Amino acid sequence: MTDMPDTTLTSDRSHDEPSPGQYDDAAGYYTPGAPIADTKAPDGPIADRWQTRKFEARLVNPANRRKLSIIIVGTGLAGGAAAATLGEAGYNVKSFCYQDSPRRAHSIAAQGGINAAKNYKEDGDSVHRLFYDTVKGGDYRSRESNVYRLAEVSTNIIDQCVAQGVPFAREYGGLLDNRSFGGVQVSRTFYARGQTGQQLLIGAYQAMERQVKAGTVTEYTRHEMLEVIVADGRARGIIARNMVTGEIETHLADVVVLASGGYGNVFYLSTNAMGSNVTAAWRAHRKGAYMANPCYTQIHPTCIPVSGEHQSKLTLMSESLRNDGRIWVPKKAEDCTKDPRDIPEEDRDYYLERIYPSFGNLVPRDIASRQAKNVCDEGRGVGPMVGDFRRGVYLDFADAIERLGEDAVREKYDNLFDMYERITGENPYEVPMRIYPAVHYVMGGLWVDYDLQSSITGLFVTGEANFSDHGANRLGASALMQGLADGYFVLPHTIRDYLAEGPFEPLDESHPAVAEAKASVQERIDKLMSINGSRSVDSFHRELGHIMWEYCGMERNAEGLRKAIDMIRELKREFWTDLKVLGTADSLNQSLEKAGRVADFLELGELMCIDALNRRESCGGHFRAESQTEDGEALRHDDEFAYVAAWEWAGEDQPPVLHKEDLVYTAIEMKQRSYK
Amino acid sequence: MNLTLKIWRQSGAADKGRIHTYEVSGISEDMSFLEMLDVLNEQLNELGEEPIAFDSDCREGICGMCSLMINGEAHGPEVTTTCQLHMRSFKDGDTITIEPWRSGAFPVLKDLCVDRSALDRIIQSGGYISANTGSAPEANSVPVPRDNAVRAFNVATCISCGACVAACPNGSASLFLGAKITHLAELPQGQPERWSRVVDMTAQHDHEGFGGCTNIGECAAACPKEIPLDVISQLNKDLRTAMRHGH
Repeated sequence: MTDMPDTTLTSDRSHDEPSPGQYDDAAGYYTPGAPIADTKAPDGPIADRWQTRKFEARLVNPANRRKLSIIIVGTGLAGGAAAATLGEAGYNVKSFCYQDSPRRAHSIAAQGGINAAKNYKEDGDSVHRLFYDTVKGGDYRSRESNVYRLAEVSTNIIDQCVAQGVPFAREYGGLLDNRSFGGVQVSRTFYARGQTGQQLLIGAYQAMERQVKAGTVTEYTRHEMLEVIVADGRARGIIARNMVTGEIETHLADVVVLASGGYGNVFYLSTNAMGSNVTAAWRAHRKGAYMANPCYTQIHPTCIPVSGEHQSKLTLMSESLRNDGRIWVPKKAEDCTKDPRDIPEEDRDYYLERIYPSFGNLVPRDIASRQAKNVCDEGRGVGPMVGDFRRGVYLDFADAIERLGEDAVREKYDNLFDMYERITGENPYEVPMRIYPAVHYVMGGLWVDYDLQSSITGLFVTGEANFSDHGANRLGASALMQGLADGYFVLPHTIRDYLAEGPFEPLDESHPAVAEAKASVQERIDKLMSINGSRSVDSFHRELGHIMWEYCGMERNAEGLRKAIDMIRELKREFWTDLKVLGTADSLNQSLEKAGRVADFLELGELMCIDALNRRESCGGHFRAESQTEDGEALRHDDEFAYVAAWEWAGEDQPPVLHKEDLVYTAIEMKQRSYK
Repeated sequence: MNLTLKIWRQSGAADKGRIHTYEVSGISEDMSFLEMLDVLNEQLNELGEEPIAFDSDCREGICGMCSLMINGEAHGPEVTTTCQLHMRSFKDGDTITIEPWRSGAFPVLKDLCVDRSALDRIIQSGGYISANTGSAPEANSVPVPRDNAVRAFNVATCISCGACVAACPNGSASLFLGAKITHLAELPQGQPERWSRVVDMTAQHDHEGFGGCTNIGECAAACPKEIPLDVISQLNKDLRTAMRHGH
């Protein structure tokens, strides 16, 4: 929610710093590959590129569309919107989700809002300003053509959602309300109280269900994609497991779309849903789709802290709480177990106000998160012991209650205070809240070109599952915007250019590529079921999460990352020799589902560490301890790292191949930014 | 705290099913109800007994995936979803009975997991506004009076969990249906299809085997999102109007 401008300095190397290229921290962990580039974005002024691309993209005759089939994996905003739109256009769509209904995808949990450059407030907003804010917020690590298009179509999204009956907040005159969100200086965020995600998703879901009734979309719920079928150089289908019967099903099509969300659950604890996973994306990666910037993770500062080892997930609370709450920890470690109300003012350390006197508690997300970690690492955290230290800091409303009165505070934050009390059992009107940062979004994902096509021909990737729009840091209220932009307005145009070459030659289930994919899925399931070891899948997942959080979390360094890679490799060996999955493969088996996902998280976790090791700079959500200013602020190295790191799978136990896509900015200047 | 759990086990749709009794110990009051079940499942896995299947996803009270009849109440004793219910709502030594949603229209798949696809089919039968992508007019071209917008939002908060059905002695989904009818009927965009929508969706509701409403009100009491009972009045009113006009 907080914009993160002004947090990062580009390097103006002083004489005692090493010269560019001196480090290759990840040497030995990867193989250098050929550079890559996006070849689909047209040249010319940035404002014309999308119009040009739409015009140049080939058309498909309406009468031919029903002969063309599309598989879409995932039914969140990106997948649900695409299924509805492509169904309306007349294509033959098959939609897959692991939940029991498409309406449950995790887009539903987004609280705050959705950005759009409508400029209804006449406060100076424009497509260009939204574009500019998003590139800058992403710390100049996103692709400018994609971001401009995102800003451009944002206005259509609101029109579409209103027409579907999404109940956005309105003013008394009946027109749409907007708010300013997270430090941006214009009011461009549309919202539906604290559940914008659910309302937008219901809109997309209803539009999709309408197409189910119309016969253009077939939905497969409680189905999990376990493999992509690549035949004769094209993605032509998927292997999915029916999670109720255990049947391994083959689904063939002319094109495959992955809208399968993010992989924050590699950290075990995150604000993601329990089932959110990387399997669809990772199986595609192993078949040739490059994984881009996997280490870019957003860690949100205001979440309810972990209360014990039993914790299964973390809950985010709106960052708006930092507008009135003051963040502190005791100055002395021995005070950490006291009732906070008994700790006198002079023994409290309002550390954000102390370190950042001008921004105080409103410093950007990454700063707030990292400093909370620092004070807890020093042994000054509060709340229950989790592992070997207390992971929590106070967010105190006592001053706000005294200044504004309890009623005014209640008016602003009542639902958040209620949610906090329900989860912790503590009344935040009386006792300071405790908060701690948590993983909640990944900017990294499968590499795609301007058409959202991955490095596998015929495999498209949308929403959080791709890497393209948020660079190294995502701004608040932009995830919903991207999901719907991709699903409603981008993919339907770019995919038709591909489908214009089809229908492709019909595939038979006996085709070697189909048989191979199906056999490998079966073999993997058989293996997972037959290890008969001693450890539950959750215990492996939790251990992986600890490693990732400790060494590839809010602050990373080369030594820790190398250690993490060793630990993950060892854990992976143990997983494949000591896992215990009970039940059978031919029935509903939640342990088996989780085992497949954790197996992929183990491989992803290693790649994330390699990517983080390679990127010896601090940018956005990625903070490398070796790359900071004297004051401990993030230091970017544009001369070395202004590229997208696109990783190619090179085979089992082989170092991945690094392809670099240079980031070239023509419409925006990479700014020297100062936090001072 | 230590608890005795009486839990419905059913290996699949064809199995008859039965209640099993389990003891769990060392449960913290800070655990959510589902985390307590996670702990039990870890113990079962350790002992070589297959873990209990139950549905959950977001675990923050919004996706509607979790369910469970807890001591005979849908989502348990608090007005919230099962995933947001915490163990401090129970006492040391309690016996807790846990069953799947009760409704003929929600067949049990395994243990505590049920099939709620009937709710999707009700939406397919008309729970939408037909507006193809790209055909929408400028968003602010149709003002919506704030009162209508607020009521539309309040009932659109339904998470399709099915607690209303599970709580209803008739197994009716009228609260779910009424919430969608009211949401779309409050908006100007929802008017063109208003009358055919209520007729088609009600027919699908009945076709799925959900029972009729006899104004008992258990549904609204069980609803974790506090959808008010008056959406059923709106449903009946719209249905009457539609039938009168020959839809």
